[in-house]
Amino acid sequence: MVSMPEPVFLLDRLRVCYGDYQALQDVSMAIDDRRITAFIGPSGCGKSTLLRSFNRMNDLIPGARVAGSLTYRGTDIYGADVDPIEVRRRIGMVFQKPNVFGTSVYDNVTYGPRVNRMKVDLDDLVEECLVRAALWDEVKDNLRRNALALSGGQQQRLVIARCIAVRPDVILMDEPCASLDPIATTRIEDLMRTLAEDYTIVIVTHNMQQAARVSDRTAFFTVEVDDAGVRHGRLIEYGATRQMFSAPADPRTEDYISGRFG
Amino acid sequence: MSDLLRGRPRHAERVIMGVLVAAASVSIATTIGIMASLLVGTIAFLREVPIVEFLLGTQWTPLFDDAQYGVLPLVSGTLVITAIAVAVAIPLGLGSAIYLSEYASGTVRGILKPVLEVLAGIPTVVFGFFALQFVTTTLLRAAFPGIEVFNALSAGLVMGIMIMPMVASLGEDAMSAVPSGLRDGSYALGASRRQTVIRVVIPAAMSGIVAAFVLAISRAIGETMIVTVAAGLRPRMTLNPLEGMQTMTSYIAAAGSGDLSTGSVAYQSIFAVGFLLFAMTLLMNVAGIRLVRRTRRALP
Repeated sequence: MVSMPEPVFLLDRLRVCYGDYQALQDVSMAIDDRRITAFIGPSGCGKSTLLRSFNRMNDLIPGARVAGSLTYRGTDIYGADVDPIEVRRRIGMVFQKPNVFGTSVYDNVTYGPRVNRMKVDLDDLVEECLVRAALWDEVKDNLRRNALALSGGQQQRLVIARCIAVRPDVILMDEPCASLDPIATTRIEDLMRTLAEDYTIVIVTHNMQQAARVSDRTAFFTVEVDDAGVRHGRLIEYGATRQMFSAPADPRTEDYISGRFG
Repeated sequence: MSDLLRGRPRHAERVIMGVLVAAASVSIATTIGIMASLLVGTIAFLREVPIVEFLLGTQWTPLFDDAQYGVLPLVSGTLVITAIAVAVAIPLGLGSAIYLSEYASGTVRGILKPVLEVLAGIPTVVFGFFALQFVTTTLLRAAFPGIEVFNALSAGLVMGIMIMPMVASLGEDAMSAVPSGLRDGSYALGASRRQTVIRVVIPAAMSGIVAAFVLAISRAIGETMIVTVAAGLRPRMTLNPLEGMQTMTSYIAAAGSGDLSTGSVAYQSIFAVGFLLFAMTLLMNVAGIRLVRRTRRALP
């Protein structure tokens, strides 16, 4: 038996509330290092909410509160002396809609290193990140081109390049292919497989085939309605992706992945 | 079978359309009317006073026996006061806009925005007396003992306060319209709020912010009541804001309400000054629109 590597994230009864509304019920789980973990489930199940609590993006939403504990490599992410800006530098994020800045391709990639005052050769870094994001060949002739002139799939790869430019440890992806066509989606999925060699990736997806194709482990969330009629997200099952998709332990997981629900 | 053919004509539709076109035409007709009357008066004026003398002369003394019609003192008065007003309104307005859009909580914004809008609704003559009776006598006299009762500084400062809410409100609209995804993208890269505002939100909102500035400057150039009350009515070619000066607008207001006989050169000078004022604000707006287009191309 090989010893299990230390998990990157350890969640213990993590709960997220917006004001009085509890969006997500106690979640306890461990996220493995250098693996792709997928969160799947119907709309409103709290999977994106959970993802946004990993890098404290929920701090930006007024009224959002997190209870329970979320440790990142041994440090409580919500500890009193933790700087959320430093958290976000280590734990990068790619969003559903490609949110490139309306500046050049070059300036998009160098934005993070500049605001973090990283002492690096920016030209080298831009090339390295664009190569890793499989975008270099398409943009190398004109790095001064406005990023908004790129196609949706190219923009999303640029966002990934921008994200790895600050040398994060983890990349969170919130439905990164939701606005892309199938060809662009395939390219992003291939890219994720290569990136997983160096980064821990957590992806939220509505696309179960995508979860099955790219992830090592899958967590299935669902929406529960309490007695007062209020909907809460809940973690139902979490395990190896192959296991989840071939022999799920919970009937609700099976219903969802076989398309009978959601 | 004949159901699809034209039945009775839709008279009501036509009547409504006619009323709406008439309503829209009123403003166009008014603009054309103003331009025509300005042009007629200006042409009559320029028959008496050579255009070079008008545009480059440094003496404006229409009521003297030896009347001089050099418009530069009025232009300089306008520009000095506008510059002071803009120097107040742009930093304060942009600062308020940034605070309201990026820092204030929903509750604070809900209180502050209406207050700003109230400030924008105060009649300008009230601002004029505020400048004369309070700003000059209480504040500026203490700082500059030699200041004149009527001076450009108090008029400019108070005008700046008056147009600040407009800059704040338009600037806030522009910044609030920046998609939250761009802010998220910046924060997710480890940027602070200050860095996000300066490097992402303001550039993305630039076209709206520039438009706010242009409108503020146009408003300052055209503002009449504050300068009539607080800056005095002596046309002087000076850049010293502690002295009184007359602007183009306050000349028009004073001369127009005075007892100049219609048809006299002094009377016609009102139209010439008005035409120049119109040309200046028009130029300003055209430049503003161009600037907005250019920034929009660079930073969509």
